Amino acid sequence: MTNAVITNGQDKDNDNEAEEAERAIDEKAYGFWIYLMSDAIIFALLLATFVVMSHNTADGPGGHTLFRLPNTFAETMLLLASSTTFGFASVAIAAGQRWRTLSWLSVTFLLGLGFVAMKISEFYGMTVAGAGPWRSGFLSAYFTLVGTHSTHVSVGLVWIVLLGCEVALRGLNPFVASRLFRLGLFWHFLDIVWISIFSVVYLPGIL
Amino acid sequence: MLGKLTIDALPFYSGIAIGGALITVFGALGVVALITWLGQWRYLWAEWLTSLDHKKIGIMYVTLALIMIVRGFIDAMMMRTQQAVALESDGYLPPDHFDQIFTSHATIMIFFVAMPFLVGLFNVVVPQQIGARGMAFPFMNSVSLWLTASGAALVMISLVIGKFSTAGWSAYPPYSEAQFSPGVGVDYWIWAIIVSGVGSMLTGINFLVTIVKRRAPGMRLMMMPLFTWTALCTSILIVFAFPALTVAAALLGLDRYLGMHFFTDGDGGNKMNYINLFWIWGHPEVYILILPAFGIYSEVVATFSGKRLFGYKWLVYATVVITVLSLGVWLHHFLTLGASPDVNAFFGRMAPLISVPTGVTIFDWLFTMYRGRVQFSVPMLFTLGFIVTFVIGGMAGVLLAVAPDLMHNTTFLVAHFHNIMIPGALFGYFAGYQYWFPKAFGFRLEEKWGRRAFWAWIVGFYLAFMPLYVLGSMGMPQRLERYYVASWQPYLIVAELGALFILCGITFLAIQLAVSIRDRAALAVSTGDPWNGRTLEWATASPPAAYNFAVVPHVHGIDAWWAMKQAGTAGHRPARFHDIIMADDSSAGVLLGAMSFVFAFAMIWQIWWLAAVGGLGMFAAVLSRTFRDHAEHRIPAREVEAIENRRTMAPALALGAAT
Repeated sequence: MTNAVITNGQDKDNDNEAEEAERAIDEKAYGFWIYLMSDAIIFALLLATFVVMSHNTADGPGGHTLFRLPNTFAETMLLLASSTTFGFASVAIAAGQRWRTLSWLSVTFLLGLGFVAMKISEFYGMTVAGAGPWRSGFLSAYFTLVGTHSTHVSVGLVWIVLLGCEVALRGLNPFVASRLFRLGLFWHFLDIVWISIFSVVYLPGIL
Repeated sequence: MLGKLTIDALPFYSGIAIGGALITVFGALGVVALITWLGQWRYLWAEWLTSLDHKKIGIMYVTLALIMIVRGFIDAMMMRTQQAVALESDGYLPPDHFDQIFTSHATIMIFFVAMPFLVGLFNVVVPQQIGARGMAFPFMNSVSLWLTASGAALVMISLVIGKFSTAGWSAYPPYSEAQFSPGVGVDYWIWAIIVSGVGSMLTGINFLVTIVKRRAPGMRLMMMPLFTWTALCTSILIVFAFPALTVAAALLGLDRYLGMHFFTDGDGGNKMNYINLFWIWGHPEVYILILPAFGIYSEVVATFSGKRLFGYKWLVYATVVITVLSLGVWLHHFLTLGASPDVNAFFGRMAPLISVPTGVTIFDWLFTMYRGRVQFSVPMLFTLGFIVTFVIGGMAGVLLAVAPDLMHNTTFLVAHFHNIMIPGALFGYFAGYQYWFPKAFGFRLEEKWGRRAFWAWIVGFYLAFMPLYVLGSMGMPQRLERYYVASWQPYLIVAELGALFILCGITFLAIQLAVSIRDRAALAVSTGDPWNGRTLEWATASPPAAYNFAVVPHVHGIDAWWAMKQAGTAGHRPARFHDIIMADDSSAGVLLGAMSFVFAFAMIWQIWWLAAVGGLGMFAAVLSRTFRDHAEHRIPAREVEAIENRRTMAPALALGAAT
């Protein structure tokens, strides 16, 4: 999106709105990458904390009894599929197809919503079964790490709704496209984080 | 309805606490009354609070720092006085109050003096040094400022409503857990840290993008002024390190609010993990505070020696090496806490390594001065005071890395880090404040009171902290509110005397400011370049126009302004002027800051409905801005020309030719 150029043929020496806009879009993309790096560090620290505390079950339930492979597999599929559908949305944005963009965003939203719903039901089930975050250090670390990821996904969902409304109302101008580009970065980033969580939290617990 | 907030939250537990609360309340009311009486609310709102101009935001940051240093210093003075009198007696402060004071002193000095001071100087100077017209994200800059101010306000209001933390500025568990600190003190600490920490994060991203993307044409990385280099490295450290602080504080909060077991005794908690997380941020933070000061010293030494910086490349490399190393030595902050000998040995050996690049910078400054025509201006005095004092502090640090465990957690440590932070950071900010004041306001600070302030500070520093080295060697633990060893008292009285000298130093700085404002006509800098500077920020008017540069300069080497003066092209009037596009001001930043205060205050007192109001308010403030793509206005060429015509160019040229 960063190379979306708009020229209006003004006197080149004057600052012109189009060049300023192009530069702003470029800088925002760069700044957003840096934000994602710092967010990645938050997840890295939460992952490290989880690893440090993975045996601190305080005689409570551990990963073997709590995590179920089919459940985690379904969640993973939902999230990976949502990244794919966001990819289709990006293709539609590049082609300037407003309604196709909206449909793919809707599909992405539904898949993401499904993921969050599964997470909520998983958390709820664990909590009522006496394995809430206050049960042990291990469970505190588990809920916080996975909960932080789910919170990010939920923020992403709100963001999809907001940008979806904008696409519907304003159409696809370069600014909207740049916002969707950053939302896409965020969404795919959360996928990568989920793969880490899956490998570090669930697989050792299940296998 | 009001959560944990009851009438008992008012500080009736001690007369001194009531006094502190009254001073805070009347101080705030006094400012409000003064502004109202002067009828300046509209001006303040339109020109300052809602401004997205990086110079004004910088000035507000520095103002915040200067207000908070007074509060932090009062805390210091109270502690010194307590320790001077508390031999075999209770002194005048109850233990609980003393503990709040050492916690708030350090929290304020690090988060609400040092951070806003350095960020303020970045804001005023860095965009001008790289030949830019503004920050990459001017609105986010305003958000950063007001989040920092909101954090500071939380610490201040804890004087009046409830108590501040007694758990030390690092809030180590298990003491900071709900079991041992059930009050709101630690919650105040947590929220002040998280709110201002987010502000710092955003600042880090902002400067990183600005420096990478907005340099004037031709300015390669190895042509950037040293201060800009340190701003870049500091921003990188902020982006990488601050998440760790946020995580540490947030996890502590989860323990306290939701009964989790990250750091508790038992139930699978792991206290060491907090300490690791905290110092993964904490050690880089030392360099976040020190590197900008190094940048300032580099600018000051070059300018006042009238020479190009000696070993520019080596200074840049040293800065980068310090940046990298600082991320790998955090464990030396807790060598006594029982990590395995191998781990301790690794970090104990890594730590002194950092003194190698630091030594390189010191030698570069000395060689810059060597055979230069050194002018002993106030910024230069602070620089020289720093060089001498910092070397002592650095060597004490190397000593700590190899010293027996018994030296740790004594006043030797207190002396060491004050010996690093006061000359290594604060003196640098003072030098920068004196050096760039005419840049921001168009008149110099008065010299005589500046010298007096410097001498009071340096004498005060030695008197206050050298005795603490001795006391530490004698085995006095830090943070004692009373003691029974008579031989300690004389040293503590000398330290109290030192604090009184520092009080004079702060007073002289205030007098200097007042005198300078009074005599501003005589101290005016018509050329915009009072020190015969070398870097681009002196190419703009003083104070600069909103857009800094009417025509963006082309850069061909380091010391771009100096080169322009040598070539005789400095201050040349361009053939014609052009339209300039600048960001509109916005009230969303200050509103977001206010809402973050409401939110955090409500979370601290567990007033959930109010927290929801604050949270929604923050969301609304962000939303109001997110979808505005044309938040900018055009300054027509005619207007630019009119502004530039008001500048006097001739003296700048004469000055350039004379040197």
